[in-house]
Amino acid sequence: MITRDKKGNPILEAEARIPYELALGPTVHRFFEGFKQRKILGTRCHACGRVLVPARSFCPRCFVDMNEWVEVSQEGRVLSWAVTNYEYFGMPTKPPFIQSLILLGGTDCGFMHLIGGVDLSDVDRVGRIVKTGMTVRAVWRESRTGCIMDIQHFAPVD
Amino acid sequence: MMRRVAIVEVALSPAGESADNYLDQVYRVCREVLDKAGITREDVGTVVSASSDVFHGGVSCANAYYWDSGAAFLKNGTRQDGESLLAFSYAVMRILTGHYDTALVLGLCKGSENPDNDMITHFFTDPFYQRPLGLNETVAAGLQMRAYLEHSGTTEEQCARVVVKNLGNALRNPNAHRKGRLDVDTVLRSPKVMDPLKELECAPKSEGFVALLLASEDKAKKLTKRPVWFRGFGSSMDFFYLGDRDMGSGVLAQAAKRAYDMAGIRDPVKEIHVAEVTEPYAFQELLWYEGLGFCGPGEGGKFLDTGATAPEGSLPVNPSGGVLAANPYVSRGLCRLAEVTLQIRGQAGERQVDREVETGLAHGTHGFAGQFHAVAVVGA
Repeated sequence: MITRDKKGNPILEAEARIPYELALGPTVHRFFEGFKQRKILGTRCHACGRVLVPARSFCPRCFVDMNEWVEVSQEGRVLSWAVTNYEYFGMPTKPPFIQSLILLGGTDCGFMHLIGGVDLSDVDRVGRIVKTGMTVRAVWRESRTGCIMDIQHFAPVD
Repeated sequence: MMRRVAIVEVALSPAGESADNYLDQVYRVCREVLDKAGITREDVGTVVSASSDVFHGGVSCANAYYWDSGAAFLKNGTRQDGESLLAFSYAVMRILTGHYDTALVLGLCKGSENPDNDMITHFFTDPFYQRPLGLNETVAAGLQMRAYLEHSGTTEEQCARVVVKNLGNALRNPNAHRKGRLDVDTVLRSPKVMDPLKELECAPKSEGFVALLLASEDKAKKLTKRPVWFRGFGSSMDFFYLGDRDMGSGVLAQAAKRAYDMAGIRDPVKEIHVAEVTEPYAFQELLWYEGLGFCGPGEGGKFLDTGATAPEGSLPVNPSGGVLAANPYVSRGLCRLAEVTLQIRGQAGERQVDREVETGLAHGTHGFAGQFHAVAVVGA
């Protein structure tokens, strides 16, 4: 439909819905099957020895197969975090919320997830609770379907 | 190098919203660059365009859409998606093959008609792991900014000073989309959209239609008295997942080294006289100073504080106002190169820097938190 923009210029408002069917592949599928049992699985590279999460079929640095599966710790150290305080397309939950990178015990890379269980009523005070380097632990949902949001968030460990 | 390649003319659109449609804007910058060079469409050897399918502009097979608007009807040409500076490197190589004497390089983006960059960049993510967690470019930048601040000791005030400098520079750029005489407190007090990132530290979405005419050495000398020579190009791509990377440093240093080696640059802080860098988030300009070797690791904030990168400094960075002043997502790298070309030719108008400029650097980045970097070095 032809409408007018804020300046009064004629514009066509357009929108498209484009459906896809995206294959998980066996490695991603096995990683998320582990979530159903409250397990976080990584894979170890036989060349560099690193354990990466989520599990990978190949090491992006060494470019070799990664087929040694290991269960990693559900606790980790916060590497970085950001407090989101605006609404956007694709947001995982209503703001404010905290996105972070976490170094899980027994792994060698950052794992991206939300930090929760923190009082967010005053976003300016979040920095007094959440600190880089603090320990957080996975909080699982009761009902799990084999997806990344089976972990509700990572909560600070007292 | 067997042959030399020069930029002989450039044309840049304003970055604010235009009521014209995409095709007319493509035509206009191409027409302008051909007219400036005094050549016809038939004289153009090859065309390399930088544009995006689907997400920016809502048209798939985008080059089919704008090809004839780009003076490219029947031409042996190609299209680049992703970082637009790559289109420049491909056009240089096409001329270096000896098959073409001229190449038209186009960067095309009409940000005003697109959804927010956050919506578009949400689809840069993998669909299984990072997308459900709501990752987009601003989220990645927020995580990178905190890692950088804590790793380097750079202050939030120093990051805000990048905004003050660049939007201040933009006051002298008639093409800029956003400009203003701000102070550090105003930037720091703007809403925290992604703490530690503030609203004024995030680039807008802008229009940017840019055309550069390239020519072989013999042809360039016939077309212009002020050729700007290609000297070096380098690029590098970091790991895809944010957690696999070193967020506080990144891979710009590798791209810069490749460009410097090709250009024979040993001491960039002395040999580069002006730089236009892609800083969609203010702190990134400081991090890029480090990656480009303008200062040591962790010293980006201090380097800014010396005043070296101000328009009257020894190494002005983003005298145009940079991407904070105008962010045509798809074409911003080529816009940087066009600005550097104008500086070297002394044609930058009110935004011409004080110092003499023989050699300049253009930087582009694409993907989250500087996943991909491209660096081009050009000179008089």
